[in-house]
Parts: sequence; structure tokens; C-alpha cells
Amino acid sequence: MEPNYIEGFRDPGAAAALCAKLQALGATLAARGRHVQVMEVCGSHTMSIARFGIRDLLPPKLSLISGPGCPVCVTAPGYIDAAIELARQGVIIATFGDLLHVPGSESSLAECRAAGGTMEVCYSPRAALALAQANPEREVVFLGIGFETTIAPVVSLVGRAAAAGVTNLSLLASFKLVPPALRAVLADPEVKVDAFLCPAHVSAVIGMHPYEPIAREQGKPCVIAGFEPLDILYGLCGILTQIAEGRSEVENQYERVVRPDGNPRARAVMQQFLMPADAHWRGLGLLSESGLVLRPEFAPYDAEKRFHLTIGPGRESPGCRCGDVIKGKCAPPQCPFFAKRCTPLTPIGPCMVSSEGTCAASYKYERTK
Amino acid sequence: MKVAQIDADGLGVAELEGARHEVDLSLIGPIQVGDYVIIHAGYAIEKLDTAEAIERLALFKELAEGWNATLGDSAPPSSANSGRVE
Repeated sequence: MEPNYIEGFRDPGAAAALCAKLQALGATLAARGRHVQVMEVCGSHTMSIARFGIRDLLPPKLSLISGPGCPVCVTAPGYIDAAIELARQGVIIATFGDLLHVPGSESSLAECRAAGGTMEVCYSPRAALALAQANPEREVVFLGIGFETTIAPVVSLVGRAAAAGVTNLSLLASFKLVPPALRAVLADPEVKVDAFLCPAHVSAVIGMHPYEPIAREQGKPCVIAGFEPLDILYGLCGILTQIAEGRSEVENQYERVVRPDGNPRARAVMQQFLMPADAHWRGLGLLSESGLVLRPEFAPYDAEKRFHLTIGPGRESPGCRCGDVIKGKCAPPQCPFFAKRCTPLTPIGPCMVSSEGTCAASYKYERTK
Repeated sequence: MKVAQIDADGLGVAELEGARHEVDLSLIGPIQVGDYVIIHAGYAIEKLDTAEAIERLALFKELAEGWNATLGDSAPPSSANSGRVE
């Protein structure tokens, strides 16, 4: 009989045992006057924490905040503006679904579609290749937004297009790297972070090593944990145990997926097509070498070059607090627009409509109080 | 998901609960039918280490049994013992 690889990680008895352990660790640290704030930086952790009510299980002196874990949320509105401009030129826009309703400076891709733009929602970037082959007389642009988990799948599209002789497909890339964002968060004196719950599948690609400077030099425990509720609770126990013992190490608790060296093959694909570049992050500003762009020899597949685009920051909606939410400075209910003017149907910023957005998670799962 | 079929050119089929999905296997190392993989945007990004998964499940099962033992007869049935087959 095969193990149950899903329900076994949601067992309520184990959850109760881990909660008890977490409460005990929290009490130990509280007795020493410590209030611990852990930041998670993974949209899937954000969703899982909200869905399984993890915050309600935390001891009194342990806070769990969301950081820049949603690649759509950290992309500036200027990117959406550029995609809309392409659609208005008759380009077929191939995109992951949750980008459709993200507000640009003045409009969204969904509104552009309603006005006649061609948008094709893709579960996988490979669908964009089929789209280009089926429409040889039109240009197709894939909106490639993502962190390390998504970057290799998206950029391998370039290799497949070249191998198939497809010349009407290009990529509007907005690739960002997680470790520089962690450093940027720690550099902000207004954000108190004692430890990181590190992303599961980003770590499957990058491994453990990129977190070592943060643990070693900044003294912040970094625990890589899976998405299931028991994984998250066990991860938090690991963090509090490190803090109680005065340690700050990189700990991999997702060994069933994350190897110490990550996935070298995926990284080789990234390196083949991409090179480091500075990148603008909503909420964090311009971060040095925090992004990846297509190498010059792949210019025909780079939509920015192909269509002579200049992607500016764009304009955020007045009063939008997504930047502060992304940095962990503002919890969703603290935003005056949350669940009032800003809802999944009428979003003011990306955090409410991205499938990994902090406000989307809070709106869907945590509005019970 | 479980790899159900491996085709040419780095492509294959994975299945979960009876639903079959086309998957790109080019980003991971050697894989066999029956292996479990982690899928993201239609690509396998890593193979599940079933030995590690079983070890972690065993740890959680031990925690559950320990907890349920402290509750005695009022313990709810543990899903770790449900015997459900993937």
C-alpha cells in the first residue's frame, strides 16, 4: 500500500501535537522577553497559512507576517501597461490567469480583452508555443512573471521555439530572484524580522546555499518548509528551537523535495538564456542584480527589444498600500481599502487579485472575525 | 503527481486522482514511470524523494499517536491511519 502523500501531512492529531510544542517554545521565549516575528516569503505559504488557519494556532508572542513572496505583486504597473500596449497593436497575449485582473496604471488586461484585445490564458508556457504555431500570421507574447520556480519553465520556451523554428513568439520577461529581496527586507529598519520561513519550491531550484549569508551574517534562522499545514507548523517549531538555542542556521525541512544543491539542471537552463540585471520591485524599489533578463543573442525572443518597448514603473492607484503589504509593514486588514473598496472583483492593487497575493489570501480565508 | 508515461523529447504524462496531465520532464534528471514529481506550470521541477517523504510521514504519525494517546478514548480517528491509497 502506497503512503498517502497528501492527507498524511494534514493529520489533526499531529497538528495538535505540533501546536502544543509551538506553544511551549513560545512560552519559553516569552519568559525571556522575546517577541518573535517570522516572515514567510512564498505566495504558496501565504495561501496555505491562511487556508489552514495557522495564525490562530500561534503562541501569543509569535507573529507570522507575509513578505515579498508573490511575483505578480512585486511587478510594477508599468509592466501591465506594456502588455496592454502590445495587445492594442494586435499581439496575442499569452498569460497565466491571475494576471488578467491586475490593475495597470489605467486599465487591466481583462478590460483590454473586453475592448477587443486577444488574451489567451495558459496553465503552462508551452501552450504559448502551440498558440504561435497555430497563428503564424500574428505575433504572440508570453507574459513571463516569476521567481526561480517559474523562471526555468518559462525561459525554456525560448529553446523550444528556436528548435521548432518558431519566429513569431517572444517573452515579456519580469524575472526576479528571492534572496536579494530577503536582504532588502532586512535592510529596512521599519521591518522587524527575526527569522525566515523559506519558500519551498524556489528552494527546490536554488537549494540551501543562497540563504547561508542571511543566517550566518545577519543572524536570522532560515528554515525551508513544505506547504502542507504540518510542514509549516514543524517549520515554525524549527525556527523557535533555533532561536531558543541561540542558533541561526539554514535548515532544510523539505528534504523530500529540496536537495542541498537544488536543481542544477533548471539553473543551467536559466543561465543558458538569462543574465543578471537590476530590477524594480513594487514596495522594495530598485534592487541590484535581483532580476534576470534574456541574453543579447536571444533578442528576437525578447519582447522588449522586439517591439522597442520602454517599460516604466507606471502609476499605482492613489492610496494603494500593496507596497507596504509586500514588505510586511501592513497586514491586509490594516489597509483602509481592504474588503471595502478593494476586493477580488474590484482590486485596487495586485495583492488582492494575484493567486498568491497576501490580501487575496486574507480576503478568502481570514475574514471570520 | 505520479509519472504515468514518458514520451520523447522530454515530455510525458503525470496523473493525480485519475486526472492525466501533460508534463515537461526536461528540467529534472532521469525519471521512471511510477516516480512522483513536483509540477509547476506544467513542468516537473523536482522528483519526490519517497524515502524522505515516508520518514517525515512516520514522524508525523508518531506525533499523532502520541497526542491521541494523551486524549485516550476521546481521540478523533487519525487520517494517517486511513489507509487511503494514492
